[in-house]
Amino acid sequence: MVVRVQREEFDVGAEIAKLRADPRVGAVASFVGVVRDVNDDAAVAAMTLEHYPGMTEKSLEAIVEQARSRWNVYEILVIHRIGELRPTDPIVLVIVTSAHRGDAFAACQFVMDYLKTDAPFWKKEATPEGARWVEARDSDDAARERWEDK
Amino acid sequence: MKLQVRYFAALRERIGRSEETVDVPESVATVSDLRRALIARGEPWTSAFAETRRVRAAVDQVMAGDDAPLREGVEVAFFPPVTGG
Repeated sequence: MVVRVQREEFDVGAEIAKLRADPRVGAVASFVGVVRDVNDDAAVAAMTLEHYPGMTEKSLEAIVEQARSRWNVYEILVIHRIGELRPTDPIVLVIVTSAHRGDAFAACQFVMDYLKTDAPFWKKEATPEGARWVEARDSDDAARERWEDK
Repeated sequence: MKLQVRYFAALRERIGRSEETVDVPESVATVSDLRRALIARGEPWTSAFAETRRVRAAVDQVMAGDDAPLREGVEVAFFPPVTGG
């Protein structure tokens, strides 16, 4: 299974170890997104991640398929957490294996850029002024658009 | 025509429910027609759609634009721009 949505923490080392056991693999690129303790000038004590069960998995699988069609990669793994998370907790993991680093780096960044704008997750932060929904950033749309004219 | 409508995140909170079955006339043919029909019901839909910036939609769990067509039995979701990752 290349896409997982789960409450539990993931083990980056164990996941990489499994994927690099393939002797064709010459490069492993990974990205880990982490909860920060500050966002838009407010302290963040915790956040809750809501998602759209069913659509979440479908959209992540579609993003992975697009990446597979654009680059020469062997495996792509995406794990995204839901539920309550605290600063320093890992939220998302993307791992890409390929023969050479160029494809692995590019596909990994592509998956993250598309995930930020297309996968139905929403963050609600607990701050000293109360809970608030995180606003989407225009810079995320710009990051995704970079890939469209290539 | 019966549709299953789902709301997420800030929109779900403002409307006070996560899903409902709505029965709309055949003239409600697209996502934007449905949005207008919901807003026309009055509160809480009017404020919820007005106060949520850039409400997005999905039809049968695929992102959909305003012109996306609707048919009997589809699942239509409304939500704010996504913020995962």
